Amino acid sequence: MSTAAAHDHQGDHGHGHDPHLAHHFDSPQQQFDSGKLGIWLFLVQEILFFSGLFCAYAVYRSNHPEIFEFAHRYLDVTLGAVNTVVLICSSLTAAWSVRAAQLGQRKLMIGCIVVTIACAFGFLGIKYVEYQHKFHEGLLWGEKFNPKHAPGGHGEETGHGAPHSEAAGSTAQVDNTGSPGDHGATAQPEKHAASPAVTHEAAGDAKVTTPRNTSIFFSIYFAMTGLHGLHVIAGIIVYIWLLWRALKGEFGPKQYAAIDFAALYWHLVDLVWIYLFPLLYLIR
Amino acid sequence: MNTLVASLLSQLVTAGSEATYWFPPQASTVAAEIDWIYYFIYWISVFFTVLILAAGAWFMIKFRSAKTAPAAEAGHNTALEVTWTVVPAILCVFIFYFGLTGYMDTHTPPDDSYVVNVTGVKWAWAFTYPDGTVSDTLHVPVHRPVRLVMSSEDVIHSLFIPAFRTKQDVVPGRYTEEWFEATETGEFVIFCTEYCGTKHSEMLSKVVVHTEAEFSSWLAQAGNIHERMSPVEAGELLVKQRGCLQCHTVDGSTSTGPSWKGIWGRSEKLSDGSSVTVDENYVRTSILQPQAQVVAGFGPVMPTFQGKLKDRDITAIIEYFKTLK
Amino acid sequence: MSSLDTVGHGAPSHAEDNYLTHAHGFKSWALTLDHKRIGIMYLCSTVGALMLGGVFALLLRTELLTPGPGIMDHDTYNRMFTLHGAIMVFLFIIPAIPGALGNFVLPIMLGAKDVAFPKLNLASYYLWVFGAIFFVTAMVHGSIDTGWTFYTPYSVTTPANGVVWATMGVFILGFSSIFTGMNFIVTIHKLRAEGMTWFRMPLFLWAIYSTAIIQVLATPVLAITVLLLTVERTLHVGIFDPSLGGDPVLFQHFFWFYSHPAVYIMILPGFGIISEIVGVHSRKHVFGYRFIAFSSLAIALLGFLVWGHHLFTSGQSALASVIFSAITFTIAIPSAIKIFNWLATMYKSSLQLTTPMWYAFGFIVLFVIGGLTGLFLAAMAVDIHLHDTYFVVAHFHYVMVGGTLLALFGGLYHWWPKMFGRMYNEFWGKVGAVLVTLGFNVTFFPQFVMGTRGMPRRYFTYLPEFQAFHVASTLGAYLLGFGIVLAFVNLAIAAFRGRKSAANPWGGATLEWECASPPPHDNFAVMPTARDPYDFAHLTYDEKTDGYVARRS
Repeated sequence: MSTAAAHDHQGDHGHGHDPHLAHHFDSPQQQFDSGKLGIWLFLVQEILFFSGLFCAYAVYRSNHPEIFEFAHRYLDVTLGAVNTVVLICSSLTAAWSVRAAQLGQRKLMIGCIVVTIACAFGFLGIKYVEYQHKFHEGLLWGEKFNPKHAPGGHGEETGHGAPHSEAAGSTAQVDNTGSPGDHGATAQPEKHAASPAVTHEAAGDAKVTTPRNTSIFFSIYFAMTGLHGLHVIAGIIVYIWLLWRALKGEFGPKQYAAIDFAALYWHLVDLVWIYLFPLLYLIR
Repeated sequence: MNTLVASLLSQLVTAGSEATYWFPPQASTVAAEIDWIYYFIYWISVFFTVLILAAGAWFMIKFRSAKTAPAAEAGHNTALEVTWTVVPAILCVFIFYFGLTGYMDTHTPPDDSYVVNVTGVKWAWAFTYPDGTVSDTLHVPVHRPVRLVMSSEDVIHSLFIPAFRTKQDVVPGRYTEEWFEATETGEFVIFCTEYCGTKHSEMLSKVVVHTEAEFSSWLAQAGNIHERMSPVEAGELLVKQRGCLQCHTVDGSTSTGPSWKGIWGRSEKLSDGSSVTVDENYVRTSILQPQAQVVAGFGPVMPTFQGKLKDRDITAIIEYFKTLK
Repeated sequence: MSSLDTVGHGAPSHAEDNYLTHAHGFKSWALTLDHKRIGIMYLCSTVGALMLGGVFALLLRTELLTPGPGIMDHDTYNRMFTLHGAIMVFLFIIPAIPGALGNFVLPIMLGAKDVAFPKLNLASYYLWVFGAIFFVTAMVHGSIDTGWTFYTPYSVTTPANGVVWATMGVFILGFSSIFTGMNFIVTIHKLRAEGMTWFRMPLFLWAIYSTAIIQVLATPVLAITVLLLTVERTLHVGIFDPSLGGDPVLFQHFFWFYSHPAVYIMILPGFGIISEIVGVHSRKHVFGYRFIAFSSLAIALLGFLVWGHHLFTSGQSALASVIFSAITFTIAIPSAIKIFNWLATMYKSSLQLTTPMWYAFGFIVLFVIGGLTGLFLAAMAVDIHLHDTYFVVAHFHYVMVGGTLLALFGGLYHWWPKMFGRMYNEFWGKVGAVLVTLGFNVTFFPQFVMGTRGMPRRYFTYLPEFQAFHVASTLGAYLLGFGIVLAFVNLAIAAFRGRKSAANPWGGATLEWECASPPPHDNFAVMPTARDPYDFAHLTYDEKTDGYVARRS
């Protein structure tokens, strides 16, 4: 998807003299400008695509501030911050690769592309560690939300804590099915809030009350970071394709549009993360 | 005497509120105002439709030319452009204003409203009155503001009473409100107007508008079914009122749920492979924890009636089941 | 300037190379990058979708002949109206005019050789095909009964398993639409011919440009919405599901944030076509060119701010409803401006009563009624009564079918001689126009009465008192169906057997009438220079070719 706007720059269906100039363009400049406008429109489209999730975030945060206040403490700020730095670095090298291409510094350009790809993989690696931890801790969406520890209480003795909490979880389960009648017609969501509270007491942690519907935070967390992650993966594919073309020597001072456009896309992916990090990790 | 006056009055009102070509009868305080706004827009629309279509048709006939005719002279007229921009704009302001005031009138319930709780569930309505009485049709006193506090147990429904010109979505997980003041006695249809699945079109009910005195006696009657009826009769009424018959039949045909014909003592095969004989305990479990023992071939879709049917109600339903041979 | 414009005007074009004869074989179509061929492929595909949706419509209307169950059961009916709506909206109305006529005409009108990104253009088409495949899968695999609006929590809980297929289909079709919009915006910005200033652009291009803005800005929100719905249904994340703490009405806001602007994706290209037809066939400069051009942009931008008028009864705050209602009324004004300007164009014109003109008049009939009934629904107090009744059904059919179908027919009958170099039978063309307009009114006008009387939409069974109106509506639907088939058959016969048409049969002054019919592969032998698109003075009728030729000294 993201590469689509840059497609025409392969330009192999024209009859012109310049092999890179598609037949329906008058000049390379016109072709470049068209591509640039195209990629900007694509980015506008991407922003609106994410805006749906940002709206959902805003609605739930304003309606249930206590959930966000409480649940964000489950997130690992250190890993989030490291990831932010990693992405900013990759954005820098992405921009540098464009400059290098314009100046004809082929080795530097290839180096920058490689670093960008490496940073992107690094980002995903760290994200994987975070996700794995959340799966392990039961910090998931919807009915799967069943935290094994209070916020901040993660990390130590995870191996030992797991079976212990599981038993507690099933106690909560029984408790739920036993008393649906206590809740009114509209109080169904309450049963999900019940389980973590019970869990903590059984696990002997400090007494913590989990707000109702805390799972919503993790729904939004996974939706936003997941969609962002997919964009990172798409970016990696684009950059590997660029690397392949760069190694073939297709880019030079006159032919760098694809690198330019990919860098714009990559900056957007970076930018989205720069909003996500404070919104999800650094509340208050 | 009061009743006499009220019924005379109601007859007068009825006489003035027959259904018209466009509208159902005007049976609430806001109906006349809404119809008036409707007709205001209607006549503006008729005027412009006739004007535009007649002009268009006339131009097509009048200025029809041969292919060889020279192209027509270009024209421009700023005054004309301004006129047909400003005139519709002014009309729109008026329509907006009337629409707004009408909306405010229909959305501001008086403080002394009589409150009825409404629950929408696939595919029936349940109306709960302040004394705890539940009915499947809405009963209200005439000339008294009634406020409906509504919620849904499954998907979104919408409660629409055409004769009262009022409608409001009924949303799961939150309460919505709707109010009206009926101006005449009689029965008026209630539709569900938000698509809610298979039997959306059969989620009909009616609002019965009583005189004040009739309403009081209806409420007293409806509240104590176990005193005034035999258990079998009470059970039959309960399954009707609580919407059970939307999914279960008594004639043996299969619907969303198993038929009750010959249910008593029947051996049912369950979805987990086991089987069970229908006795007091099975019926009770199925009503209070419907998902626990689902008959094979049916979906686990029945809502629980925990807290909604009392033990005495369930006993009456069991007695009623025993009669369904 | 030359005395005769680009050569080959009146000369029969069959001997010359054109886009249809440029290459042969299946691959030459399937892998083509030529905007004209892609336009033809869109035309065939979207008309196929129209036929499928139309068959569903006729079955639904047949079912509604009687108040009780007729030829199908509840669930079949619910699935069928869902598929009718979803197929018509996502596979036909939204892509049809931009995809078929936009693709074919836009670059030629602009004086360009192609759209800016031909490969992306082909990709858009194939995304449409994939989206259609997903819809067909949804149809046969579990089906879908949510209505085309996919309201939560019903769509999350319904046992019909086709929902995920359908929502993913919508997601894919959304990107087809986005890429088409991007392509058109860039093409209009960057590939205009010499002399083609913004205010020499034909009004069809203004309309397509406005449409493209909506496609790029609104469709991504639909994409994320259906993506979230898919995730909701498969993973139960709870964002829209009240049983998990989510907000089902948020879905409605998201959905209508796209789907209301989408109404203008459907109608704006129609406005553009009617502006072209009224100008060219009146042989008079379009009255109030700038007003019409800017009204398209105004509608596109205001269209983003009115989605809440679909939620007057949803329980949204009264203040929000008031604001949405007010902005909704502002859209009535640019729409009225267009109608009055078309009428003023026809006044004192050299009007030709051709088939496209009949369709343009039919469009005006339907759009005036559809537009004015929008006022009833924008007025909050009245909308409360009319919301989700047949009044709404009739209103949006008047606007969407009037807007898209009649404009599409008008456009096809206007540009058919250009697309295939052949002329259709005018008599049967006019009969088709009359049947479609008449059949449409017989079908949908009774629904206004039913709706005002309280008949709710999406009802499988209904109260017997509505039956007379339903029967009238059904008979009208048969007539409409017949008219549509007749109109297409007439076009299809013309494409293969029609008599040869002149390059400029109507005397149009926009650039597409300067190239041969059918256009050559590269559109123009000599790149044209744009002038006033509605200055017809230099075009005179040439009896020999039954077309118009430019004489300019």
